[in-house]
Amino acid sequence: MSVQIDEIRKVAKLAKLSIDESQVSDVCDGFNQILGLVDKMQQCDTDNIKPLANPHDAKQRLRADEVTATNERDKLMQVAPETEDGLFLVPKVID
Amino acid sequence: MQWETVIGLEVHVQLATQSKIFSGASTAFGQSPNTQANAVDLALPGTLPVVNEQAVDYAIRFGLAIGSDICRETVFERKNYFYPDLPKNYQTSQMDAPIVEAGHLDIQLANGEEKRIRIHHAHLEEDAGKSLHEDFHGQTGIDLNRAGTPLLEIVTEPDIRSIEEAVAFAKKLHSLVTSIEVSDGEMSQGSMRFDVNISVRPMGQEEFGTRTETKNLNSFKFMEDCIALEVERQIEVLESGGSITQETRLYNGQTKVAKSMRTKEEANDYRYFPCPDLLPIEITDERIERVRGELPELPEAKCARFIEAFGLSDYDANLLTQDSTTAKFFEKTTGLCSDAKLVANWLLGDVAAMLNAQELTLSESKLTPELLAGLISRIKDKTISSKIAKTVFEKMMTEGLDADAIIEKEGLKQESDEGAIEKMVDEVLAANPEQVANYKAAPPEKRKKMSGFFVGQIMKASKGKANPGVVNQLLAKKLSD
Repeated sequence: MSVQIDEIRKVAKLAKLSIDESQVSDVCDGFNQILGLVDKMQQCDTDNIKPLANPHDAKQRLRADEVTATNERDKLMQVAPETEDGLFLVPKVID
Repeated sequence: MQWETVIGLEVHVQLATQSKIFSGASTAFGQSPNTQANAVDLALPGTLPVVNEQAVDYAIRFGLAIGSDICRETVFERKNYFYPDLPKNYQTSQMDAPIVEAGHLDIQLANGEEKRIRIHHAHLEEDAGKSLHEDFHGQTGIDLNRAGTPLLEIVTEPDIRSIEEAVAFAKKLHSLVTSIEVSDGEMSQGSMRFDVNISVRPMGQEEFGTRTETKNLNSFKFMEDCIALEVERQIEVLESGGSITQETRLYNGQTKVAKSMRTKEEANDYRYFPCPDLLPIEITDERIERVRGELPELPEAKCARFIEAFGLSDYDANLLTQDSTTAKFFEKTTGLCSDAKLVANWLLGDVAAMLNAQELTLSESKLTPELLAGLISRIKDKTISSKIAKTVFEKMMTEGLDADAIIEKEGLKQESDEGAIEKMVDEVLAANPEQVANYKAAPPEKRKKMSGFFVGQIMKASKGKANPGVVNQLLAKKLSD
């Protein structure tokens, strides 16, 4: 499997990455090298192997349903670029 | 040409946990913005999610209630998309190994038939925050209180063939999730939201037509209106030789206008992959059996028990068991005043009318089982008539006092003293000699109707407080003298 330059642009758009036009071709080559490696891995017979969701041989621990967090809005808002009336402000988004 | 509608639903149900699915922040509704969003909900670097056990147990409980198998090793995945109210830039959701596998829900149709709607699966995920597009100097305000609230997304097979079936399914599902208490089901607070996939095909055709998806409908009525509109639109397009574009649509319930949000070409590629921050969750036999033991009575079983134990009609029992709040309220009130029939009549009559008029749910209103039982007890012991009870009820709701306090304060106690009532009867008869003469001259079969005039006058004179039984008895005696 390999990708073309158009697909690189699409993936970059979805990932909100801006790639300079002069670099698109290099990124595409890099992508295709990795995909080549994936192709190689695809040659392994995995028919009777359960997909691995996580490499750790452990199970998720669960927590009790208790409210443990306190209101830290003021502190958390200090790291935000802009806030108003308890809201975080971001560039205008329209549906 | 005759067209057949094909509908599949995706329903988001907010689970009734105290804390969020991956953090210890509260899920309480309607709090000041961002006061319930902690570092995990804000996706600050270095934070890690820890799964809420209750959310997992609620999902299992739902799965058991719809007869599905529970996935023994369920996995959270990342659904990647960018939106400012989604702080991580991905939603932690499930894809390949959802917790609830295939199940079903049977719906009852108006013609008495039962139809089985298959449920493809149900999965756990987190809710996003809220974007406020009012003008913040040309910016958007973000409230992340809702971010991380646990949701169960229930996905049906495309088995629904009409608006009636879609609404019946939605109502049945609402009744189920509230009865088994995995959700409060408060639609106005977004606790249950529907995404509707709609297509049409010529009647008899096997292959499905191209579908559209309308997102985020938060009332049964909006869903009904939206389906009607979309089916009509699709048929119109097809009959005029056009074709349906696969797209996501938005429906505004207030203006009843739908519009296209994005087409398939612009659709997000969500690039799902297992979330490396969360290990697979092992669901043991012990857990499933424990949850099975906690499963509350299902609506159908409750309805049958209400008919059997309280002697209610099928109709009343069915209405009272639509949601667990009403069913519980009914049982508690009946326990306090031991008159199931009267309680049912009040809940489905005056109480329902009041809630409707004030646009409240039972749990939002001031009414408690104690208040209603207090009122019904005074009807039963004849302190007040049924008619006066309506006045007392209205005052109870506006003033928040109990029935006894209102009866005392307003002097509404029913007058059963024969001497006092006799005096009123005499006065009314003396004031209306002409009507008395007419009555006496009338043939017996007309008299019953004519006596209504006197009863009315006497009740009016007593301000509605005279015991109607005593009034009728004394009046009959006086008029026959």
